[in-house]
Amino acid sequence: MTGATVFWYASRATGIVALLLLTAVLVLGMVVNRQGRLPGLPRFAVTDLHRNLSLLSVAFIAVHVLTAVLDTYVSIPLAAGVVPFASGYERLWLGLGAISFDLMLAMIVTSLVRGRLNRILWRAIHLLAYLTWPVAFVHSIGASKDLQQGWLLGLTVGCGIVVVAAVAWRLAGVARQVPRAARVAHMFARHDATSGQAAPRRTRQGASR
Amino acid sequence: MADTLRVNPINCTGHGVCAELLPELVSLDEWGYPLVDPRPVPPALDRDARRAVAGCPALALRLTRAEEPASR
Amino acid sequence: MHESAPNYPAPRRAAQQGAGLPRLLPATPEDLRAHLARYGPLPYREMPGLLIDDVETAGLTGRGGAAFPVYRKLAAVARARGNRKVIVANGAESEPASRKDELLLRLAPNLVLDGLQLAAEAAGVTEAHLYLHAAGPEILRALAERAARRLDRIDVSITQAPPRFLAGQETALINRIGGGPALPTFQPPRVTERGLGGAPTLVQNVETLAHLALIARYGPRWFRAAGTGSEPGSMLLTVYQPHSKPLVTEAEIGAPLASMLPAGQTGPGPEVQAWLVGGYHGSWLPLPDAAGLRLSNESLRPFGAAAGAGVLVALPAGRCGLAETARVVRYLAAESAGQCGPCLNGLPRIATALAELAGPKPRRQVREDAERWAGLVTGRGACHHPDGTVRFVRSALTVFGPEIARHAQGRCSAANREPFLPLPASLPTREEDWI
Repeated sequence: MTGATVFWYASRATGIVALLLLTAVLVLGMVVNRQGRLPGLPRFAVTDLHRNLSLLSVAFIAVHVLTAVLDTYVSIPLAAGVVPFASGYERLWLGLGAISFDLMLAMIVTSLVRGRLNRILWRAIHLLAYLTWPVAFVHSIGASKDLQQGWLLGLTVGCGIVVVAAVAWRLAGVARQVPRAARVAHMFARHDATSGQAAPRRTRQGASR
Repeated sequence: MADTLRVNPINCTGHGVCAELLPELVSLDEWGYPLVDPRPVPPALDRDARRAVAGCPALALRLTRAEEPASR
Repeated sequence: MHESAPNYPAPRRAAQQGAGLPRLLPATPEDLRAHLARYGPLPYREMPGLLIDDVETAGLTGRGGAAFPVYRKLAAVARARGNRKVIVANGAESEPASRKDELLLRLAPNLVLDGLQLAAEAAGVTEAHLYLHAAGPEILRALAERAARRLDRIDVSITQAPPRFLAGQETALINRIGGGPALPTFQPPRVTERGLGGAPTLVQNVETLAHLALIARYGPRWFRAAGTGSEPGSMLLTVYQPHSKPLVTEAEIGAPLASMLPAGQTGPGPEVQAWLVGGYHGSWLPLPDAAGLRLSNESLRPFGAAAGAGVLVALPAGRCGLAETARVVRYLAAESAGQCGPCLNGLPRIATALAELAGPKPRRQVREDAERWAGLVTGRGACHHPDGTVRFVRSALTVFGPEIARHAQGRCSAANREPFLPLPASLPTREEDWI
């Protein structure tokens, strides 16, 4: 691409970093749900990291959009950052980016007022994460030739593999969950099996969320 | 300003973040569920208490104004 | 309906003795005409506050087990804001050993329904529900007869309660009537503020409503003519004793328990080894120490007991109190909603520990474990199921302490291993069992 400006480079770079950050945020969210730990770190590190990286991602995406708009080589209206398909240039791919960013903003705003929001509503919106990431992923590959070759392609594919593995792990957690009406019976069965030893593991009442 | 910490035991799934953020008032039982000091939160710990409430992934920890009687 | 083991038939009403009793139970079921002939017309007050004052003066407390002052609930709902207010007559007698509500609804359904209408009027209620395990022919006939006479000012809807121990719990019943399962919810605002569908809700046991219907007719002074100064009135009891079918009787509060239950030696050997007062969330009492106690919370409190929903059991001497307790606690654990971590983890472990204590040569550690877990579950559930269970367990560990020592040596003083305390045959396994 001739006449590439600083803005254009900045937009591409922040976009790549944003994709990596979003991958990390999604995976961390699943780790929180499954009460997993990051080795050597306290439990609140997982929740705080998930939250802080999500805010950092928004910052990077804001710069990513702004620099793309400021770059004069192609004409992208500022509104295209949040209004899907408002850009003449690469309408579809940028439109997906806007959709993904909108979903992200919904998740973050609802999370900031979590204490005052109905829990079911908050959860329903937060589950949109599983839509947000794939849309962002497709936007990344479609909108940038960079990611379609070389080691950046490898990075992108790597993110995809990590997310697929994490989702599989998350779904395995769901499968292991004991339905409420069966929990006590399950508890008795486990206890009888370890006959007599005060079982150190506990039965969790899992997602009644 | 006598706020007390209360756990919603139905929402609580034992993440244990509260006990890390507020060890002065919250400890974990042998199954990982929180044991919360029922007395009013001392003013010095008020900020930490609010952080703990905000930090609960299940939104199971609340700061309540007065002594709320439990349902029967 | 509970299928009680061991083979207890439907309860009979005991032949009554004592000042002014029976108040609530006629000898045979009474239809509307007989009811009105006996008690007179339904005394609507037309002014809400009057009945509440009378109920306060009378000192009526709830007969569902919690003994909460009735006038306070009435007043709370009366002064609550909102166009919609609800009353629930709670006839879901979920305690397997209690049969008094069942009998009351069979013999005197109109008394209960009178109380329902009067309480509804006093509290400004717009919507009425009757919550039962099974609506028998007598209550259905009573509702039909009253409808024909246009006696009731508010229509009563019947909702069926599942056969769960927690089905009668206040928030669980609101959940059930609202269309969901009979599972307790965590509700910091009281149901009198926000209950069914968010409306202020008055929940009263059916026996409580029956007493209220009589207070409305005869006044608070009449009500206080029985009972004690601090605990006035009478209450229904379900009584179990050796060599006898269960009986439902009515007694003055404050009456000596020994007048209702055998206390010990009547023949060659001790016939009764211990009493259970208050049902499966109640307390075991040692004999002969407790023989002088009275049927009042004031008398029972020093022994860690309360009258509860009026279940009295005299445990025969030839049984193992630990085995009986273990069976009941296994049932109580199985009936946990499984929603709260401490209850879900603690109750099954306590049940298993008691089963080991009830068997031969329990390990020393088992009793310590049971006591530790009992301490861990108290007060940490959304409802009081763990608390009540722990009360029952702790009283058993105290009263049957000597038996624990015998078991530790491989002996048991029981000659008869047949179960004495009644329990339902089926336990909940699926989500549908809670609806």
